Amino acid sequence: MSETTMTRTHQTATEPQLWDDETLDWLEAEAIYILREVAAQFQRPALLFSGGKDSVCLLRLAEKAFRPARFPFPLVHIDTGHNYPEVIAFRDARAEELGERLIVRSVEDSIRRGTVRLAHPLESRNRHQSVTLLEAIEEFGFDCLIGGARRDEEKARAKERVFSLRDEFGQWDPKAQRPELWNLYNGHTRPGWHVRAFPISNWTELDVWRYIARERLALPSIYFAHERPCVRRGRLLAPVTPLTPPKEGEVVEPVWVRFRTVGDMTCTAPVESRATTVEAIIRETAETMISERGATRLDDQTHEASMEQRKREGYF
Amino acid sequence: MSDVLRFMTCGSVDDGKSTLIGRLLYDTRAVLVDTLEGVRHASERRGLSRIDLSLLTDGLIAEREQGITIDVAYRYFSTGRRNFIIADAPGHEQYTRNMVTAASTAELAVLMVDVRQGLTTQTRRHALLCELMGIPHLVIAVNKMDLVGYDPEPFAAVQAAFETFAAQAQLRADRRYLPISALEGEMVVERGERMPWYQGPTLLEVLESVPSAHTGKAESFRFPVQWVCRPQAADDPTLHDYRGYAGMVTSGSVAVGDAVTVLPAGLTTTVQAIELGGQPLTAARAGQSVMLRLQDDLDVSRGDMIVRSDEPMPAVTRALVADLAWLANGPLDPRRVYGLRQTTREVKAKIEAIAYRWDVATMRRADVDTLTANDIGRVRVKLSAPIVAERYEEDRALGAFILFDPATGDTVAGGVIREWA
Repeated sequence: MSETTMTRTHQTATEPQLWDDETLDWLEAEAIYILREVAAQFQRPALLFSGGKDSVCLLRLAEKAFRPARFPFPLVHIDTGHNYPEVIAFRDARAEELGERLIVRSVEDSIRRGTVRLAHPLESRNRHQSVTLLEAIEEFGFDCLIGGARRDEEKARAKERVFSLRDEFGQWDPKAQRPELWNLYNGHTRPGWHVRAFPISNWTELDVWRYIARERLALPSIYFAHERPCVRRGRLLAPVTPLTPPKEGEVVEPVWVRFRTVGDMTCTAPVESRATTVEAIIRETAETMISERGATRLDDQTHEASMEQRKREGYF
Repeated sequence: MSDVLRFMTCGSVDDGKSTLIGRLLYDTRAVLVDTLEGVRHASERRGLSRIDLSLLTDGLIAEREQGITIDVAYRYFSTGRRNFIIADAPGHEQYTRNMVTAASTAELAVLMVDVRQGLTTQTRRHALLCELMGIPHLVIAVNKMDLVGYDPEPFAAVQAAFETFAAQAQLRADRRYLPISALEGEMVVERGERMPWYQGPTLLEVLESVPSAHTGKAESFRFPVQWVCRPQAADDPTLHDYRGYAGMVTSGSVAVGDAVTVLPAGLTTTVQAIELGGQPLTAARAGQSVMLRLQDDLDVSRGDMIVRSDEPMPAVTRALVADLAWLANGPLDPRRVYGLRQTTREVKAKIEAIAYRWDVATMRRADVDTLTANDIGRVRVKLSAPIVAERYEEDRALGAFILFDPATGDTVAGGVIREWA
């Protein structure tokens, strides 16, 4: 398989296999089935590709689902303008390598249009992505968006259907979800509504890493351990970047870290790690005792149910 | 090697389903430090003196406010032996449609019974829905044993009552009875020391040892076509005539060279190639998503079914006898035309007759003119075009369908095929 320049080496040492093929095959077959249901049931679907590890898996699954044809949907990224440059470079390289169409719409443009208003210039743009996303949905007439969300990430996501309805405002109504029986995913909607489809709903964080190892998928370099200036805030590490300068009195120190998710710079925290290969990350993840969003999302800490609230508002 | 077992928890409200799952996750070390920290804080805010393990699964704001489960929460854990997907289903009658959602993909159901309450109407309803959905293994978890002093008498009484009900309802699922205390963790993952009179397995031991049945009993090759792959890339003339049929093998297996029949048309040809992601395979078996290429250029599209010509043929029919779980808030309207989706095929459907409704309280067949929310009933269905069908008890993939409202797109019922005309 072809790889981009950002690939880190996969260890070839003769250590015990870190994944179980039977489980990964089962998850892969289910995800391919869901992707094909989207292709068959919708007129204008799109796949959300951020360059993050979950959407990297989605691209490999789409190759398995649709090759030798082109993907029956474009890739879409909602860029906050606050993403790590390595991730953006990776995103573009990967789309190019696959020969698939990539549509980028930016929160910056929504700010210019006045549809997004920031409380202050360095405010996290994470929750404003939903505005730009809905604008893109309207612009292109998308009737289904494929996302890499997993049920093990968070409590509200644990309840979400594989085909999840959104009304004209992009809102999710968790108290009135449709029944979803067997694998008979129902893509019929009211006019103006759309569906968010989650092919890797049943994958855990470990499954994702194991799949990346098995399929030898390339990832942005910031997923692997590197030295980076950080400050410590409570249990979390905050990376020091031009957008996230240290606060008064905070001590900046170089720390060996890796990112477990690669979102907006203002709200994504790295974890301390020396894991420089996928295999080392799998071992570390298997032992880790902090769930992914808790360790890395600075904005999920504020409220017991903050993800549900963002999802209701149209967040992915 | 390890496999995946999908199971659900169900039963009346307040019988302790969410606590049981919290206990399973906690005792198998599947709860992460920060999650537990969050639950500890939430428990403290509610003025509780101990960690409320049910908060591990009740994730929606309304659920926490009301202390009940509204929708299915999916949780994941693995032991050395198996990977588990748990669907924690709500107990309230109002949310029965969410319970049916969970049941449709479960291979085992843990039916919770409060030892002090015994069987309730909702316990019976859930048992019937498990039966309707063809769940092969039923574990009756008699919970809150701590509140009756771990006394074997009330446990035996629940067991006897359920067996009487099971005979009445003609339940086919195999049944196991376990006395547990989800709150104290007795007989869930650990045996504990308070019920030496119970010699059977713990809940986790049952979960780890029941045979999983992804494919059910069906053995013949069945391949509903999901999507037709026609690349027609201008820059690659070798792809000009490429035509691949994408789908998941629901049962059986197929190899390159096998003679196949495309239903409902009945056209025959042979398998020229089997591919995944553009890479050739020599064979495909149940559970695999693949692409099939056929020797002859036939008219095959989504909703058609490819089967092996040397195996028993499924039925091709436009009239069904089926059991329905009615899930919509509004009643079934026999004058209306509904959409019916079975495998990858969609046709129009009319409910010609309602034979009876199961009265869950009396376990009798009731004469009715319609079905309303949460009813289970037997109906006769007329279809606008033929479907390729099997009986649900023989084949969970070909025997299942949903009805949807063509006006809103909403799923209004789940159905299982019993017979055809």
